[in-house]
Amino acid sequence: MANITLRVNGSAHTVDVEPSTPLLYILRNDLGLQGPRFGCGLGQCGACTVIINGAAVRSCITPTASVRGEVTTLEGLAQDGKLHPLQQAWIDEQAPQCGFCQNGQIMTAKALLDKNPHPTDEQIRQGMAGTLCRCMTYYRVQAAIKRAAGRNS
Amino acid sequence: MIRREFLKTSGMLIVGVSAGAIVGPFAIDVDAQGAARGLYPDPDYHQLDSWIVIHDDNTATFFVGKTDCGQGTGTSFRQMMSDELDIAFDKTTCVMGTTDITVDQGGSGGSDAIQTDGWPMRRVAAEARRVLLDMGSQRLGVPIAGLTVSNAVITAKNDPSKHVSYGELVGGKKFNVTLTGANIDATTGVAKVKPVQELKMVGQSPQRYDIPAKVNGSLKWAVDVKLPGMVHARNVKPPVAGAKLIGVDESSVRNMPGFVKVVSKGNYVAVVCEREEQAIAAAKALKCNWQKPATPQLPNGSDGLFKYMRETMPKSSQAPNHIGNTDAAFANAAKVVEAEYDVPFQGHNALAPAHALADPSNGQMTIYSNDMKSYGMRNGVATFLGMPREQVRVIWMEGPQGYGRTAADDAGFEAAYIAKELGRPVRMQWMRDEEQAWDTKGPAFTFKIRGALDAQGNMTALDYTARSADYNHLGYNEPDTVLIAQLMGQRRDRPAAGSSAFPNDMYAIPNRRTLLEVVGLPLLWETPLRTGNLRDPNGPQSTFAAESFIDEMAFAAKADPIEFRMRMLMAGKDEDGGFKRARSIAVLKAAAEKFGWQPRPWPNANRGSGDILTGRGVSYTYRNQTVIAQIAEVEVNRKTGRVWVKRAVVGHDCGLVINPEALRRTIEGATQHGISRSLYEEVAFDTEKVLSKDWVTHPTLTHLDAPAQIDVVLVNGDPNPNRPDLPHYGAGEAAMKPVIAAVANAIFDATGVRFRRVPFRKERVLAALKAANV
Repeated sequence: MANITLRVNGSAHTVDVEPSTPLLYILRNDLGLQGPRFGCGLGQCGACTVIINGAAVRSCITPTASVRGEVTTLEGLAQDGKLHPLQQAWIDEQAPQCGFCQNGQIMTAKALLDKNPHPTDEQIRQGMAGTLCRCMTYYRVQAAIKRAAGRNS
Repeated sequence: MIRREFLKTSGMLIVGVSAGAIVGPFAIDVDAQGAARGLYPDPDYHQLDSWIVIHDDNTATFFVGKTDCGQGTGTSFRQMMSDELDIAFDKTTCVMGTTDITVDQGGSGGSDAIQTDGWPMRRVAAEARRVLLDMGSQRLGVPIAGLTVSNAVITAKNDPSKHVSYGELVGGKKFNVTLTGANIDATTGVAKVKPVQELKMVGQSPQRYDIPAKVNGSLKWAVDVKLPGMVHARNVKPPVAGAKLIGVDESSVRNMPGFVKVVSKGNYVAVVCEREEQAIAAAKALKCNWQKPATPQLPNGSDGLFKYMRETMPKSSQAPNHIGNTDAAFANAAKVVEAEYDVPFQGHNALAPAHALADPSNGQMTIYSNDMKSYGMRNGVATFLGMPREQVRVIWMEGPQGYGRTAADDAGFEAAYIAKELGRPVRMQWMRDEEQAWDTKGPAFTFKIRGALDAQGNMTALDYTARSADYNHLGYNEPDTVLIAQLMGQRRDRPAAGSSAFPNDMYAIPNRRTLLEVVGLPLLWETPLRTGNLRDPNGPQSTFAAESFIDEMAFAAKADPIEFRMRMLMAGKDEDGGFKRARSIAVLKAAAEKFGWQPRPWPNANRGSGDILTGRGVSYTYRNQTVIAQIAEVEVNRKTGRVWVKRAVVGHDCGLVINPEALRRTIEGATQHGISRSLYEEVAFDTEKVLSKDWVTHPTLTHLDAPAQIDVVLVNGDPNPNRPDLPHYGAGEAAMKPVIAAVANAIFDATGVRFRRVPFRKERVLAALKAANV
């Protein structure tokens, strides 16, 4: 066990855990966050996605001690009580079905748009390809990303 | 938490750490002292107070016994009930699926939420309105005929100064009105529901109330519940099917951090630790001595399975359903077509594995679960643990959808069992490999079909045999068939018979013979190939075979596939109360029009000369009373074998539509789910175990595969489309049913190659195209 300090959504937290513990369990069980969720524990589905240094990171396979930089979770996207444009687009498109994967969809899309604010359809498909949804909301999720990127289709 | 605070949460069920955190309707509140003692009575569906509570601030809460799997049924319930009650939609909330505060409507399943359970909801809301009008009449001294209601305010027609709100009449008080009805579906008061023409919210598309909390991270899911003193459990599954546990070496994990206990009985093993990551590590490290069965217990993969299914005597074989004289029709046929089709086991493969938290405090058992059939889990767990029903409750919360997986939920039983053993709250969470291998499977099918054409190219006979591997089909949360019970050695004398499936169509084929058979696999119990209800349990399989075959018949008849189908629909005389034949014609026409379908020779002469070949395919069926036609436009890459469904057009008639935009998204999801089952999904296994263990070994549809365009055409094909009693039919599963056939038919149009085995993965497509020199 070791004391590890994490910066998450603007606040610092110190936890006493086994350093190799995946970040996901620290965020969920020690910090009480609900955005990142367990889907596979293998980095294959994206449900656990958080953003670190601008990159979408699979927290289920990220050792906590390896984290350098601020961690942003779904809870940290809204600013001053205002939803992030992606979150609003998700509501406007009524994109989720069960919604369990949508943390990964939104966080992956945020990292995508932050790097490339005006992606083509193909860039959206490629950028989102590793983020799975078993309700198969892909069609609406892509529409929501285009909406958030200011496109009208 | 008090009622007012509850209302501010916009209808989301908020669960805190104490048993008293969830507020029930009055009928239940009177038993609050009982609840404190760990007693959870059944809400009485014959009491109006069990369904509807009017608050002081003139808002209402609806308590219904369903669960929303993400299709927005909760929003639709609010629309239907607020319409009947005459209260603004946004002044209502809806509580669902928690066994001690909502009446037992069975939870979700069978796409019956709107079709069946919506009716008692409408009737009790209408009854509440009637009772309130009665009260208003007395309060205002105005006869009921002289009153009008709008937005929960009753006003005298000839004197608008005379008015009283619902909240003023009954806010904070009980209705004390008894309802009637032999069962919960028949629950009714005296009032009649409104004619369709008077419904205002029904047919509109208010946004789903559950979505904001799902995109801002505030929703508390079943995976998020935390209780003081809770511990984490992980299962250790048999390494091969049919293995027996000889011993567990607890010393292999006893000194690991956070170790609490190994729980084991029969072939069931779980490890419990203080922290989640500790439980994962301990479950991996635990040394168990498993004895393999003397001979491998499973068929060798899907190839072995299909061979086994064809060669094995069925466990059940219904007497053939026979219309006309099929033998004579074949004897006189100008042309006979024969084909066989195969569909493998397909898993539920929920995005996240099974999970639940069980709290055994105060001698009761509370299970926080995403079980779509929470009521069944409550009964099942009570029996399994030998506890009185009154001491067990299930609090339904949102979870990852498996489209039937949680109808036979395992984690809730396991968490409750371990919690009772430990006397501490236990969170059970399955891992990905465990879920992929051991979740319930949609049954595999083989089909053998013959068809006869006369000299004019009319279909005169259909001889259809469907054989499923579905014996010992899992029931809903049964205490003796849920996996933990099987692993602990419970056996039924008579396993569930399982089922096979008819084709569902309204074609006028004068001579038909239909034979439905079910085979059992050698290993019936403790098998990872256990079958359960996967979204439209047998429909995608039977419709794949039947509608692929109709396409083959159309091709043999040199007819356009839509024209061929339409001819057989138009020739029919059969009709039923739901007017399925008339609506079938309307739906197929609407889909063809939207697609821009023009008859042309096929396979597609203009399919393309480069790597990409294009084609189109149609499929039609019905599910219960809902009629669907799917048209798929595909691109097949002849260099890679990859199939992309570029465009999907869905004609869909489910009668009265409650929320068109929520319905469209449900249909889009079901369509893409069907495409995933067409192109990817197959449980891989060898003779010992399931080999599908993650998203690499069990691929699924991804963003790369999303259609570029999905057109949903909502059809009202009722012969009397404006009838005031137009029913609302189900929609959760129907749209998936015809998808696989539409994709197969489109691939044939694009390539001239007929695929009779699901899924159409690129390796298989490429091999077939090469064999056919395409």
